[in-house]
Amino acid sequence: MNRREALRSLGALTASVTVAPYVGANQLKNVPLETALSEDSLPRPARVDGFSVLVEDSDRKTLAAAFDRLIPADDYGPSATEAGCLEFLDDQLAGDYGAGKALYLQAPLKPENEEALMGSPQFLATPKERYATGVKALEAYAQKAHGKAFADLSDDQIDEILTGLEAGDISLGDDVDGQAFFELMLQNVREGYLADPMYGGNRGMAGWKMVGFPGARYDYRPYIDRRGEDLGLIPVSLIPQD
Amino acid sequence: MAKTLPKADVVIVGMGWAGSVMAEELTRAGLNVVGIERGAWRDTSTDFPPAVDPDELRWHTRRNMLQPMSVETTTFRNRTDQTAAPVRNWSAFQYGWNVGGAGAHWAGMSWRFLEWDFQVATKTRERYGEEKLNGLENVQDWGVTYKDMEPYYDRFERIAGTSGYAGNIQGEKRPGGNIFEGPRKRDYPTPALKDTHWMSMYRETVNDMGYHPFTIPAGNISQAYVNPLGVNMGPCTYCGFCDFHGCGNFSKSSPQACILPTLMRRPNFTLLTETEVLHAVKHDDGKTAKGVKFIANGEEGFQPADVVCITAYQMDNVRLMLLSGIGEQYDPQTRRGTIGRNYSYQTCSSVTGFFDNERMNPFIGGGALGVQIDDFNGDNFDHTDLDFIGGAGIMGYSTNGRPIQNMNGLRPGTKRWGSEWKAGYARDYQTSASIFCQGTSMPSRDVYLDLDPTYKDRHGQPLIRLTFDWNENDKKMANYVTDKATEIMKRAGGKHLLTDNQASRSWNPYMQHSSHTIGGAVMGADPTTSALNPYLQSWDAHNVFVVGASAFPNNGGYNPTLTVGALAVRAAQAIHQTYINNPGPLVEA
Ligand SMILES: Cc1cc2nc3c(=O)[nH]c(=O)nc-3n(C[C@H](O)[C@H](O)[C@H](O)COP(=O)(O)OP(=O)(O)OC[C@H]3O[C@@H](n4cnc5c(N)ncnc54)[C@H](O)[C@@H]3O)c2cc1C
Ligand code: SF4
Repeated sequence: MNRREALRSLGALTASVTVAPYVGANQLKNVPLETALSEDSLPRPARVDGFSVLVEDSDRKTLAAAFDRLIPADDYGPSATEAGCLEFLDDQLAGDYGAGKALYLQAPLKPENEEALMGSPQFLATPKERYATGVKALEAYAQKAHGKAFADLSDDQIDEILTGLEAGDISLGDDVDGQAFFELMLQNVREGYLADPMYGGNRGMAGWKMVGFPGARYDYRPYIDRRGEDLGLIPVSLIPQD
Repeated sequence: MAKTLPKADVVIVGMGWAGSVMAEELTRAGLNVVGIERGAWRDTSTDFPPAVDPDELRWHTRRNMLQPMSVETTTFRNRTDQTAAPVRNWSAFQYGWNVGGAGAHWAGMSWRFLEWDFQVATKTRERYGEEKLNGLENVQDWGVTYKDMEPYYDRFERIAGTSGYAGNIQGEKRPGGNIFEGPRKRDYPTPALKDTHWMSMYRETVNDMGYHPFTIPAGNISQAYVNPLGVNMGPCTYCGFCDFHGCGNFSKSSPQACILPTLMRRPNFTLLTETEVLHAVKHDDGKTAKGVKFIANGEEGFQPADVVCITAYQMDNVRLMLLSGIGEQYDPQTRRGTIGRNYSYQTCSSVTGFFDNERMNPFIGGGALGVQIDDFNGDNFDHTDLDFIGGAGIMGYSTNGRPIQNMNGLRPGTKRWGSEWKAGYARDYQTSASIFCQGTSMPSRDVYLDLDPTYKDRHGQPLIRLTFDWNENDKKMANYVTDKATEIMKRAGGKHLLTDNQASRSWNPYMQHSSHTIGGAVMGADPTTSALNPYLQSWDAHNVFVVGASAFPNNGGYNPTLTVGALAVRAAQAIHQTYINNPGPLVEA
């Protein structure tokens, strides 16, 4: 087993253990003797066993079409889906992020009041739920406006829809805030393009190469005095794809 | 009540910076101390070694080290005539979680406040006359001076290993250091960090303009160091995964790196983790507390103690006082009551510039890595012809080049998606640099904290509610220093400026970046306007000490933690040197 597989199987191990992630209340005397990396803090690479949230082919096609206009293939690097951003999103939605575990989701939520105070719309729905409704609404909009599936629209047509969503000029119906859904997709697709490849996106470290970020390095003492120079550093991932 | 634990001399609520510093001081004096922390045990080798730490998505974007809002959040409104709403998502409220608190994932800027910051009311009256405080009726002195604080600052710096170059040793001004700082007993424990490309450009520019640049004092230490507790630290590697991340190199000042290895070995210290304090419990006469009620594994318990120290971070300090019924809630109408009074924030702005032919290598960074001028901070410049008080530290910084965090920092007008974004980011990642103004914040009468009438935490206790917007003084200050930063950026050669003056629009937690929330249970010499006396002892319950930035009656143009740590040392010494042998108010009301 190489290092990557070893970490993967460790991640799978912790995921399948049935105890809660925390051991529960502890009374500590002295420094705990355990010095190995704790389960809570192990890196959690993306699953590689297929889609588990974006299970419908049609939904994936819609999202892929949108993502590849948000980050198209060009001289600066591959497209979002070529870089693995759909796999990244699926994995994120399948985990704590998708479930909104960190969010405060208690009612009441008065939409106008919260939007006015917070400067952007607030939700009781989790990211996973927002994708479920958002993708369907995108598809419905394409059918209504162009009589075609979203994935079958031309680049220009998709760009026009994305531009309209971004500006708040296009409505995706009463249940989905189109502008907020655009922001969610834009945030996640770029996360996928720029996060460590172990999360499923940024394949070949394409996003990092695009800007010149050397990745998961941890010691720049040999370089700090070489001010303003091209350091020619090849990016590295926490879990190299070898 | 379910389970009552053996009585302690002192119980400490919250094991972040303030709690760890106090526990060390009190156990060294021989007291029996129980620390209670609602998060889990966390340490360098087990939780954030170099093989785990350089992961932006996990630690910065998803904020895995911070306290989730589902555990507890803050409700917020700008004015009393609005209905506050809960902050549901990650925002400027960045609370610590787990052993070490925010001290495990702070950036490390390690400032002493200016002499002026402790005595804004008195010194403003003296220099400019009473009318300069018009509209700022809640501005008040701290009840301690910089001179009182110096030994405690010194102690905390030695524990933390702070890197820097002193600008004022016992009155002798030293070029290259911060000549505006108050007199220090001695230089920093470790030398200043090195300059990145942008820092050296900034340093040269402000120097040419006649200002006084210096390297920011940092909890990113510059060389191997053994602190007075016998703990070893290693040199910072400029890894750029610092704020929001732990440090895998034992180079960032933190409870883990500096205090816990010694503290945990003391037999008179016990730490309860994953145990949340619900509130303190008062004796029947209401004059003192008999201990704290907590919840662990879904069951309630009681920890009796002679002294209760609340060190749960500024917001929770105030909330725990209110939930415990200690002191009177502040009322903005009558200005009566002290709990919740004098909340303030940090008035910030930034100017980003783009340099066509430079390579900034922004990934070489440290949480506290930067060059600053204090020429426009505090009262270091003449305000006679200005219509505000206060100012800001103006820094050229190199904290990180994390690609997700910086993906919108492109030349103004650049699209955020499509090939235009890709081309823009490829062009600007290496060529952008920023100046940050970290400014003072003055209290206002109608800004305060209380308990929210509607929203509750996971245990059914009310959330804290913040009523806040920028005041006129701080807005004018921000405009003034932002103009200075703009001049510097232009002079340095930055083009296509991207300016973010945060005080130019109504405050909201998603538009801000500073985690620095201040006040609400402030110290002072007058019990009608302060919750705590100058030893951070409650005026209302003499065995309760409340330590954190909650004690600051106004904010300096600096990050808060060195002042929090110094106040923690001072309060702990007052407890073991005086209070324990002679329990009662340390200061007559
Ligand atoms: C990203 C970031 C960067 C920062 N950078 C800087 C910087 O450069 N310079 C600087 O000076 N400051 C900085 N700060 C601020 C700094 O972290 C805090 O000022 C400092 O940690 C405050 O110490 P404290 O002891 O008051 O609170 P903390 O260190 O946060 O500790 C409070 C502890 O109390 C626990 N707690 C809360 N409620 C309860 C309860 N009811 N029961 C039991 N336990 C409880 C919490 O879990 C936490 O562990 C930064 C903060 C953040 C988030
Ligand atoms: S920048 Fe320095 S202090 Fe901060 S985490 Fe990296 S090595 Fe540690």
